[in-house]
Amino acid sequence: MKTLKIGSLLTVFALLTAFTLRTTTVASYKIGDTVANFTLKNIDGKMVSLTDYANKKGAIVVFTCNHCPYSKMYEDRIIALDKKFKKLGYPVIAINPNDPAVSNGDDFESMKERASDKGFTFPYLFDEGQKVYPKFGATRTPHVFILNKNKKKDFVLSYIGAIDDNARDAASVKKRYVESAIYDLLENSQPRVKETKAIGCSIKVAK
Amino acid sequence: MINRLIYSALILLFCVSCAGKPEKKEQVEIAKISMPDSAVKVLNYEQLKPYLVKDDGKTYVVNFWATWCKPCVEELPAFEKLHANFKNKNVEVLLVSLDFPKQIKDELIPFIDKRNLAPEVIVLDDPDQNKWINAIDKSWSGSIPATLVYNKNKRMFFEQSFEYESLIQELNKFIN
Repeated sequence: MKTLKIGSLLTVFALLTAFTLRTTTVASYKIGDTVANFTLKNIDGKMVSLTDYANKKGAIVVFTCNHCPYSKMYEDRIIALDKKFKKLGYPVIAINPNDPAVSNGDDFESMKERASDKGFTFPYLFDEGQKVYPKFGATRTPHVFILNKNKKKDFVLSYIGAIDDNARDAASVKKRYVESAIYDLLENSQPRVKETKAIGCSIKVAK
Repeated sequence: MINRLIYSALILLFCVSCAGKPEKKEQVEIAKISMPDSAVKVLNYEQLKPYLVKDDGKTYVVNFWATWCKPCVEELPAFEKLHANFKNKNVEVLLVSLDFPKQIKDELIPFIDKRNLAPEVIVLDDPDQNKWINAIDKSWSGSIPATLVYNKNKRMFFEQSFEYESLIQELNKFIN
């Protein structure tokens, strides 16, 4: 009996720890959730908030970074997305979620250099203290979250996933997931494909 | 009559051309695998799949990694050690590399040689990631490192880094 009790206590403990370890995933936004405001420092030193985009239809939030080869392969395509959809009401907001102490080349100075080398047309924010990416449930770079403003003017999470179906070769892309999702939103309907997956670099968390 | 002849000739021509195509494709793929300067197989997801569903009584530890992925390279020693300690105990380690094809020769092969990497390495080269990530495990968001442990009775997927001790802890759930 006693062993049984200890056994069940251990099970409860194991379950509890399992859930504590997973809190970041449990607490993150799901499709349809309202996204809370965040304020992060941009590479120009100014603070950028989601509320600054109050007069837009939405935003394309891209967690990306300097060092990851998958992020690099998508840089030109992220710039193209911004150029194409900023004027249609969906600008890109890029956020580097990595802790620079753990991830070489992802520090604030390197972010500035990369943005200027590539000619980023959008803010490139630093998730200092790594408070924002867990709310989105971002796990990798690049990881895209499309926000769409509803009638109440709230930003609602409408798409999570990849930019398209071919990281390595932009010319061989067959499905442009982000573009299709935004075209659906522009027609006042929900994206037909709301979630996709792709390989990426794990987000580097402070040790 | 002549019309009919032309018609059947056209059909024949069409059939020949359509039957010819897949054969050609297969040849290309086989050629890729048996590249003389490469010690690793390069497979698409359909070709890799048999390695992920074996039911021969062994336990398989399949690690998804790449030479460009720092945390992947950092955890490799755990998988090398596991391979060394368990290869005679019905456990097989497979390292599925997500290195890009153009890096196989210049990055991956030298890496394997320099390190004397003992477990088998297979390159997964398949652009339709949205399809195969879910097929490998629904819970996988797509970040690496990631590890699949399975045998004929049990299957677990881990989107995380491992140290030797934590890896053995999970492996013990399969072999004890």
